[in-house]
Amino acid sequence: MADAALFEFLHTEMVAELWAHHSDPGPGGQKMSLSVLEGMGFRVGQALGERLPQETLAFREELDVLKFLCKDLWVAVFQKQMDSLRTNHQGTYVLQDNSFPLLIRMASGLQYLEEAPKFLAFTCGLLRGTLSTLGIKSLVTASVASLPTCKFQVVIQKT
Amino acid sequence: MSRPVLRRPEYHKINKDLFVLTYGALVAQLCKDYEKDEDVNKYLDKMGYGIGTRLVEDFLARSCVRRCHSYSEITDIIAQVAFKMYLGITPSVTCNNSSRTEFSLILDKNPLVEFVEELPAGRSSLCYCNLLCGIIRGALEMVHLAADVTFLQDRLKGDRVTEIGITFLKKLDEKKCRRRK
Repeated sequence: MADAALFEFLHTEMVAELWAHHSDPGPGGQKMSLSVLEGMGFRVGQALGERLPQETLAFREELDVLKFLCKDLWVAVFQKQMDSLRTNHQGTYVLQDNSFPLLIRMASGLQYLEEAPKFLAFTCGLLRGTLSTLGIKSLVTASVASLPTCKFQVVIQKT
Repeated sequence: MSRPVLRRPEYHKINKDLFVLTYGALVAQLCKDYEKDEDVNKYLDKMGYGIGTRLVEDFLARSCVRRCHSYSEITDIIAQVAFKMYLGITPSVTCNNSSRTEFSLILDKNPLVEFVEELPAGRSSLCYCNLLCGIIRGALEMVHLAADVTFLQDRLKGDRVTEIGITFLKKLDEKKCRRRK
């Protein structure tokens, strides 16, 4: 879908631009840039969460919310479902996407592994933001072992 | 779940919203980073340029546009095919000079500002949609056309319409104008 392409192009440009702008020579610079992208993703995720169909807001269980993210939200945003969802039933969930669209354009395998986190920060924020609108506070991180497969780890924060 | 998730209309809207919301977050971030409106505008244009240089390939792959023989044909394609394809709107085109190198795209509706009521306080010179100018400029340059693209009118600034001006800077190469006999 053309709309999706536009988002992907914008995302790629944002990663490049925000990175160049916020980069410091030291390791602090990298953290700042990732958190800027994550923060933007969070705000967008919150706003998207507010636009979800009403019935999605009536989840009974935490696991249902995560399933919703893996199926409905992922399809709405990335035109595909998450490939797997695992949990320890104690508030930690691992969502795995075997061909994450924002990583697809990069080479597959181990090349560019170092760059991958920049392309995941926004989406981590997006997940955290949507969860926030659904009433769940969380910490979301992502890891890549081999492109374009990535895992999003969601840890629910108990208040 | 048994319902056909992929075809729900709400999700189509979410997909459209994603770009618009992300763009809004980007503008907000740039406003935090830069005090002057001109700097934000410049950055949006620069980012748009980067996007445009890559978007044009995507566009050519999705559409079947034939080779153009005039600037006015090109502008028509930008308005009627490209804008329609990516933003779902069709701006109207007007030609502003007799040598047919200056055109305007008049946007009646602008999806980018769907969630924006007015410019932020103290940001009266912000060209909120400046990314679009950069995209058009970058895309044209990839097909060897130099052009100046700016906002001539902006509804967010109180104008009646939103108008993007495209001024082609170099004449098309003579060879490209040869018609098939």
